[in-house]
Parts: sequence; C-alpha cells; structure tokens
Amino acid sequence: MVTLYDATLGPFAEFGFMRRALVGCFALALGSGPIGTILVIRRMSLMGDALSHAVLPGAALGFILAGLSVPAMSLGGVAAGLAVALLSGLVTRLTPLREDANFAAFYLISLALGVFLVSTHGSNVDLLHLLFGAILAVDDMALILIGAIATVSLFLLAVIYRPLVVECFDPSFLRAVGGRGGLVHTLFLALVVLNLVAGFQALGTLMAVGLMMLPAAAARFWVRELWSLSATSTALALASSFLGLLISFHLDVPSGPAIVLVAGLGYLASVAFGPRDSLRALYLRRGHLEA
Amino acid sequence: MSVASQSAVVFRDITLAYEGHPAVHHLSGSLACGSLTAIVGPNGAGKSTLLKGIVGLMRPAQGAIERASLGRGGIAYLPQHAEIERRFPISVIDTVLLGHWREIGWARPATRELRDAAHGALAAVGLDGFERRPIETLSAGQFQRVLFARLMVQDAELILLDEPFGAVDWRTSEDLLRLIESWHCERRTIAAVLHDLDQVRAYFPDTLLIARECVAWGATREVLMPDNLRRARQMSEAWSAAAGDCRRVPA
Repeated sequence: MVTLYDATLGPFAEFGFMRRALVGCFALALGSGPIGTILVIRRMSLMGDALSHAVLPGAALGFILAGLSVPAMSLGGVAAGLAVALLSGLVTRLTPLREDANFAAFYLISLALGVFLVSTHGSNVDLLHLLFGAILAVDDMALILIGAIATVSLFLLAVIYRPLVVECFDPSFLRAVGGRGGLVHTLFLALVVLNLVAGFQALGTLMAVGLMMLPAAAARFWVRELWSLSATSTALALASSFLGLLISFHLDVPSGPAIVLVAGLGYLASVAFGPRDSLRALYLRRGHLEA
Repeated sequence: MSVASQSAVVFRDITLAYEGHPAVHHLSGSLACGSLTAIVGPNGAGKSTLLKGIVGLMRPAQGAIERASLGRGGIAYLPQHAEIERRFPISVIDTVLLGHWREIGWARPATRELRDAAHGALAAVGLDGFERRPIETLSAGQFQRVLFARLMVQDAELILLDEPFGAVDWRTSEDLLRLIESWHCERRTIAAVLHDLDQVRAYFPDTLLIARECVAWGATREVLMPDNLRRARQMSEAWSAAAGDCRRVPA
C-alpha cells in the first residue's frame, strides 16, 4: 500500500540527492521567474533558447580540459554564452541586420562548435549528460554555484530593474533621457546566460531554458502586473520541479525532461483554463459591465 | 555671441544624411529661446530627421547644431512612431512618473513632491482618475494624453514634438494644442512637426517650411504663402541614386 506520504514527501525525506535536486530547482526558480517574464515581455523567448544552445561549446571545452568538473564547465559555459550575446549585440549595433538574425547566426556557430568538440573528444554518454543534465547527480559544488547565481541574479535585477523596465517599454525614451539602455540590455543578457548555466547543471543545456520560459509564458494567462507575473512564474517553476522530480523518481525517467514536461503541461493548462485571455476566457460568453 | 545667447538651438549650415543622401540639406538658422515653431513640409522633407539631429540621435554629415546649455529638464522629445510596447504591463501613473527620470534615475525613489507633479500633469491632460489603469487599456487619444503628461513632468526648456496629433481626434488635438500654448506662455522653446496647416495658422507664431532645404522660415503668415507651398512640393521629389558629391560652399 503506497501512502500519500510515500508518494510525495517520502522520497525527499529519505534521499539526500532528491533534497539537493529540489533545493537546486528552488534556487533556479527564484532567478528564472523574473528573467523568463522579462524575456517573454520583450519578445525574446527564442533568444533564451538560442543562448542556451550557445552555452554548449564552452561547457564542452571545460569538460574536455577538466573532466566532469562543475567550475570548469560553468566557466566555459558562461564565457561561450557571453561571447555569443556580446558578438551578436556588437554586429547588431554596427550593421543593419537585426538582433534576432545575428543571435541565430552566432548560436548556430556556437552549437555546431560544441557538438564538434564533444564528438571528437568525448563519448556519447558525455554528450547526453551535457544536453540533458543529471539533476539527480547535483553535488554540493553545483548547488553552491546555482545558489550563488540565483543570489547575484536577484541582486543585479533589483539594481537594473527600473531602466530595464523602461528599456522594454519605451526604448526611445530611455535613449532620449540618456538612461544607458545598451548597458542595461547587455547586463540583462549576461543574467540570462548565468541562469542558463545554472540550469544546465541540473537540466542540461537543451532543457535549461524550459524552466525559464514555460512558467513565464503560462503566467501570462493568470496575472497582469510585472511583479505578479514574476512571482507566478517562480511558483509555477517550483511546482513543476517538485512534481517533475517525483515523476522522475517513481517512473525512473531522466529528471530534466520530466520537469520540463510538467512545466509544459502547466503551460497548456494555462492556455486553456487561465483566468486571463485564455481560450476559456476568450470563447465562453460572459456578461459585461454597464460602462 | 549675443545672437546665440538668445537662441535655444542654432543650425550652422547643417546637412543630415542617410547613407550619404541628404535628408536635410545646408540648413542654417536658429530657434529663439521661448519660440513656438511649427515645422511643415511634404513627406520625406526631413522634418523628423531635423528633430533627431537636435536631440542628438543623428550627427550632422556637415555643419554643426549648437544648443544653448539647458538647465534641469533638458530636452523633452516625443518621436513620431515611438517604439512603445503598448501591451507592456505598466500603469498610467508609473508611465508619467518616468518623466522625472533626471530626478529618479535608476534607483532613487519618487518622492511625494514628484508624485504630486505627476498627478497634476494627469489632471492637466484631462485624465484625472486614470492613475492605476494599465496603459494597454487606453485608446490612442488617451495614450497620447499620457505621453503629453509625461512631457509636462519632464519640465524641459526645449520640447520637440514629431507629428503629435497623427492618430488622435479633433477634440484631443485641440486640448493638447492648448497645453502647448500654455507651455509657450511659460517661455519654453517648442518645435512641432505638423501637417494640419489650419492648426499651424491658429496656434504657431513661427513656421519653418522645409523640403530637404529650407523653403521659408519666419512668421507663419508669411511662410505659408501659396508660392512657398508650391515650391516645397516641387523640391521634395529630387532623389537620385547616382547623385554626385555636393560641393556647395558654406554660406
């Protein structure tokens, strides 16, 4: 007889790796909530995806030089992600080609370089590890890194919050009043890269962006203000992590895809049933006010 | 220079160009301090380009734009197609408070005093009680009023408006024109790109008629003569992919 406790809290009480995984996801959710929300509002959802792929060659290089070492792979990942973000920013500034096209170009180069590196120097298992992560093998080092990145992210977000909001909402105004929009944009992209690197420890480079984008996209169907969007998407990310880890534990499937699939279900449910602008809200006739 | 000290902006033989092709060609003149000037001309005459040059978003290919040192407030600029994300989740009052950017910057708080100024500006544009409304729920005319409230809050000495009434109805533009008039009474320097010549005749003492080159600049009544308007229409259409280098000697 399986009790509710065995099904839900038991695995976390019993196994250290489950607790570490949950805490890791908790820290990830704190940073990913607001950052994903801003990406969605800035119509940059796919750029998060591009950056997550861009991280691969750096992580692979770290892996080749130092083995499965958290600091080496993270440092490489951050370097590669920042390089792609800064180079595409630079080309966007210097030429008329738009930012999305430049991002696509540089992330494809980066991704191909990463796969090239891994295929010449590693086994297929390593590649799977990099692409899909291994949250059940998150060690103390990785946990500290994820926690540190979450802390830095929330702090830096607080510092650049106002100019970032204006840069999203009315960039020409920020330019006219000399609000350093370019700097803010670059800092924000750096935060995206950092959080993707934190995410790939747990979810892999392919899945890292899932915990960032899916809850943020889903939150749009529940609330409206920026702060409540961020809070909702953090809460959804937490719930997805908790359920995803349990599914992964009970069904013995990889945790990354399990967590992202739960987040995906949350998104689909929000599209269908959320209180704001969802299919239900749009297509069910309701009464209306007098004025 | 005594003349320059009474001018808010001086153009010294400026040419503003896109990929070498001049959009504003060899313009000289000045906006006097406290003047209210309409900038008029056909499409493609360089009106918006001229404002961008004053704001500093575009550098002259030739010549120089001199601005009198502006005190607090600086320039308030309302672009024609502001790249504003109209669905951004921000309230009306927060939008207006951004006008205080020089005081609040990245992180300083909006004090009681600044909030009062923002509320006052909203009342002045006729949007009392709209404070907490998200901007995505506003009509085009209401949103333009919000932007005017933000301009008011900026408290700038130099105000540049690029087709501010392009998408609003008659009543809104009348209200906003009266607001511009009150700024004029406060001795601010204002230049506005406009297409409605009746509005220009009714509210703007000075007019710059431009068609890439200056056609006429001075008192509105004298500038908006049929002769000048006809010349402006003819001059705006000369664009050549194979144009040679301009060798005109500065006057």
